[in-house]
This record gives sequence, C-alpha cells and structure tokens, in this order.
Amino acid sequence: MIRRVLLASVLLLGACAANTQPPTDDSLYRDLGAKPGITAIVEGMLLHIAHDDRIVEHFRNVNISRLRDKLVEQFCVEAGGPCTYTGDTMAESHKGQNLTRSDFNALVEDLIKAMEDRHVPVPAQNRLLARLAPMRGEVIGK
Amino acid sequence: MTRRLSLLLCSLCLSSVAMADQGRLLATGGASSLDGPAGGGINPWAVLAGYGEQGEWGATALGTHVDLPDYNLDVVGLAASYDNRVEVSYAHQRFDLGSLVHKFGLPQDSLGQDIFGVKVRLFGDLIYDQLPQVSLGLEYKHDNNFEIPRLVGAQRDSDVEGYLAASRLFLGGAFGYDVLLNGNLRYSRANELGVLGFGGDRRDTRSVLKEASAAVLFNPRWALGVEYKEKPDNLSFSGESDWADVFVGWFPNKHIAVVLAYARLGEIATLDNQNGTYLSIQGSY
Repeated sequence: MIRRVLLASVLLLGACAANTQPPTDDSLYRDLGAKPGITAIVEGMLLHIAHDDRIVEHFRNVNISRLRDKLVEQFCVEAGGPCTYTGDTMAESHKGQNLTRSDFNALVEDLIKAMEDRHVPVPAQNRLLARLAPMRGEVIGK
Repeated sequence: MTRRLSLLLCSLCLSSVAMADQGRLLATGGASSLDGPAGGGINPWAVLAGYGEQGEWGATALGTHVDLPDYNLDVVGLAASYDNRVEVSYAHQRFDLGSLVHKFGLPQDSLGQDIFGVKVRLFGDLIYDQLPQVSLGLEYKHDNNFEIPRLVGAQRDSDVEGYLAASRLFLGGAFGYDVLLNGNLRYSRANELGVLGFGGDRRDTRSVLKEASAAVLFNPRWALGVEYKEKPDNLSFSGESDWADVFVGWFPNKHIAVVLAYARLGEIATLDNQNGTYLSIQGSY
C-alpha cells in the first residue's frame, strides 16, 4: 500500500508548475494579519537583514523606508490583499546587483525568521513563500 | 587504493570546513542515507550533501545504527559536495550477524563493505525551478570479507551500481505544510545492499529497482516521512524482502540532522521479521 501511494506521488513530481496566477481570495492576507501584520513581517525581515552579514551589503545604498513600503505593497498583493504594487519590476529593482542563489536563500531565511517572530502559522508562512519563490529567476544573476 | 581514496575524501572534507558556506535552506541537504549519499534513511535523494550552493562547498559526516531482532547494522561515512552540482561520498557498513553465527557455526561474526559514491545534479532544483531536481549517482561497493557471501551463492565481491533520483519540495503541498517527494530508479544486483555480495545463483544480472520517499515538514526543523526500497532477490538460500520505514527527521540547525526511524526490513539471510529501530546522526559543515 505504502509502495503504491509513494509511487503515485512520485509521478506527480514533475506535474506542479510555478504558482504565478493571481491569488483567488484574501485568506492569506488575513492569515498574515492584514496590513499591520504584513508591515510587521516586512519590518522584522529588514531588521534581520540588517544583522545578516551575508547580504546586508546589498542594502547599503537602498532607501529603506521606501523599500519597506514597496515590499508591504508587494506582499499584500501576493497575499490577495486590497493593495496595488507601485514599485519597479523584480528584474529592474535587482539589476546590476548580480545576486546569487545563496543571497536569495539568505533573504528567505530572514523572512522566515520574521514570520516565526510573529508566530505566523506555518501553513500561512508556506503559502507566502510559495507566492514569492517563482520570482527567484527575476532576482538572481541580474 | 581504498586508503588513498579515503584520505582524499578526508582532505576534501577538511578543506571544506574552512570554505563551507551555507547557501541552501535548512533541511534541503537531507540527512545521510545508508550508502553514504545525502538522502533520507534507506534511500538517497537527488539533493547533495551539506548546504553549499553555487560556488560553495558542503560536507557531512554520518553515523547510523540499525537495531534489528537478530542483526545490527552500523554505518559511518563522509560526503562532500561542490557547487550544488557534484557530491562524492564514502561509507563503511558493518553488518553484525548476531545469533546466526552460533546457529550455523559461521567463520565470521560480521559482514562489511566500503562504498564510494559520486552523485551529479543533472538539472532542476529542489524548490525553485520548473523542473524537480534530478541527479544521477554511481556507487562502487566492495565487500571486506567474501567468505560467507560466496558460501550462500553470491557471484562477486565488488560491483558498480547506478541510480537516477528526482526530488521536489512542494511549498505548502499538504494542508499548507511543505512536502518532499523523491523517487529513484536503481540499477543494481547488490544482495542486502551488497554486504552479501553482488549477483547470485538465482539471478546474476542487475535489476531496475524502484525507491521512493515522501516527507511532510511541520516546520523547517521537523519532518515526518515514509520510505520504500525495492530489493533484488538473487540468492536461492534465502528470500530478500523489500524495505520500508517511517521516520522522524530533526534539523535543529545547519550543522546537525537526526533521523529516528522504525524500519521494516523483513527477511534477511533466512531470518524473518527483521523490523527495528534506525538512528542516524549527521554532522554538516
């Protein structure tokens, strides 16, 4: 039985494409604590980045309060919230930084820490990460 | 030659202690499988040992003990990876024959083998790209003592086997929790991993063997999973059962991984119901 279930699951391995469709409802937005919750998560992430020797250098010449506002907009949109993203495209905003896969993962870890600090339920954390993960291709190596 | 390769592996690991980076996410280096490569418990996965991403080193050391009603299996090993592209591994397995020694008046009380492995990530990514991570592995296995394997019909004391592995982590894949799925196709004629030699009196050609693992991550640090490993049945003196296990994995940080499992290994060398506990500890640098 275990065997059959496992083999069937494995067949599904290649079947899942990246999730780039717009969100269908605002349940994730609400699970993240709406606008105040998302703002706290973004600020927490930026605080962790400030102490993260691996990537803090990339933020040295960045207007942090603008970055915070744009990230809040972006997370809000990705979570299905009532926001409009007014920032640059991912490719534009990371141009010339030549970010590595490790840099990307370091930021993901800082985001996870911020969500854990806020006691965001793991399923909601994963849903947000799943919304952001497909952007990696537009962020690294630019 | 064995010694020289071990020395090479050791120096690789030592140099990586200084150079190791931790560019991959927690738990994405897996634990260590019985043969040495990065993986779950009884199966390797397509992931590479340690936490090195592009241009980075990763390295692991493993110690595993499997406690069965009539036997014990102990494994120690090392693995190193570079660039999240290629992994080399070494493992030594010692299979304690326990009660069988007195029952049959065997000349040795244990069997053992050395395993040298190489694994290359062909394409894809565990988490990000469109395609799952797919890796190709080769293992060279050599028995330390061939007297008992020969007596029971094994045809040779060393062999090369290959496997193709595909792994994918689905973010929020099961009720919002991350799910890791892994499937392997192995091409092998190893009897009981190879501790009972390679090929047998019943069948001496390699078989395509299916292996699968699935795990749910309750958070980045805790995983619960199952594994299944199809085995060949080359020797006429005893049946060889397929293996399965249920495991809990704990990844407190990027330096330690602990896997505790209940393993159903079935019939091994005429003794049935070899079901017991599996404990593996991995250090990662």
